[in-house]
Amino acid sequence: MSDITPPKRPRRWMLYAPLGLAAAAGAGFYAMLQGLQDGSYDPRGVPSVLLGKPVPDFSLPALEGVDLPALAAADLRGPLPGPVLVNFWASWCAPCIIEHPQLMRLAREGIAVHGINYKDRVMEAGAFLQRHGNPYRRLGRDEPGRIAIDWGVYGVPETYLLDRQGMIRWRWAGPITADTLEKDLRPLLRRYA
Amino acid sequence: MTRWLFFCLLLALPAWAAVGDPNERLPDPAKEAIAREIGRELRCLVCQNQSIEDSDAQLARDLRRLVRERVAAGEDSAAVIRFVHQRYGDFVLLRPPVTAATMLLWATPILALGGGIAVIMLRRRRALAEAAALSPEEARRLAELDRGAA
Repeated sequence: MSDITPPKRPRRWMLYAPLGLAAAAGAGFYAMLQGLQDGSYDPRGVPSVLLGKPVPDFSLPALEGVDLPALAAADLRGPLPGPVLVNFWASWCAPCIIEHPQLMRLAREGIAVHGINYKDRVMEAGAFLQRHGNPYRRLGRDEPGRIAIDWGVYGVPETYLLDRQGMIRWRWAGPITADTLEKDLRPLLRRYA
Repeated sequence: MTRWLFFCLLLALPAWAAVGDPNERLPDPAKEAIAREIGRELRCLVCQNQSIEDSDAQLARDLRRLVRERVAAGEDSAAVIRFVHQRYGDFVLLRPPVTAATMLLWATPILALGGGIAVIMLRRRRALAEAAALSPEEARRLAELDRGAA
């Protein structure tokens, strides 16, 4: 009798393995959904390659009819008196309208905000600033959108934060809402002040 | 025969559907072909699941033009792709490079295949082992049959 091996008992844990796998996947999806909701996870987000680097070389003309100086890379090289925001925007961009009050508030608080007007018409860009107010100290016009490509911009609005050394510390693709301003931007502005 | 011809026609359809705006094309067909090949390697960052050759987004159009300018200026494919890669990072490449971060992505098919083979081999070995062992009842019947045959 002893030479005959008893039939193997089915391994019970194997039955629960798919259940465990499904539970793990469920937890993963839940975390993703949570991230989507509070904005910490964006599956369509393209990470910027410029983080920790100075801005690429460029020189843009001013926007005609608006009394603002033009913008060039030289204006964004350190040392700077404080952190600087560079905002890509366009008059045809609806989220830019949502974002605008936040930029206006930052400008009133004395933060240097520079603008790059992306693929826009002169008249309409000017009218936008007239209607919604002007938060910019300097404003460059990138009508062909070439400088935006050098920055890795893939949509408007997009905003970059530079520290006093002129290094890019933060890039936000999409509108800076009141929530983004308080939760993300303000702590960074304090840190790089 | 007609069916066969129709099948060939079906295969050919995407070829002429892919022809973009003729104004964008380079006059030199060889260079245009290179530019198109580069464009198919680059992801449109707006639509994200299309290459810049396939996308109608404004940014894709700008990138197509940029690629053609550089190809026309005599740059080779690797240099053009590097130019775009430096600006938009790995995300812009439809075939991401093998790095520590993308290792799992590239290894998944091999892991899945290897895992599958391992499971099959384990099961087969176990099946063989189980088949080799007879229950006492089977042993008795086999002995009976042997006796009967003799």
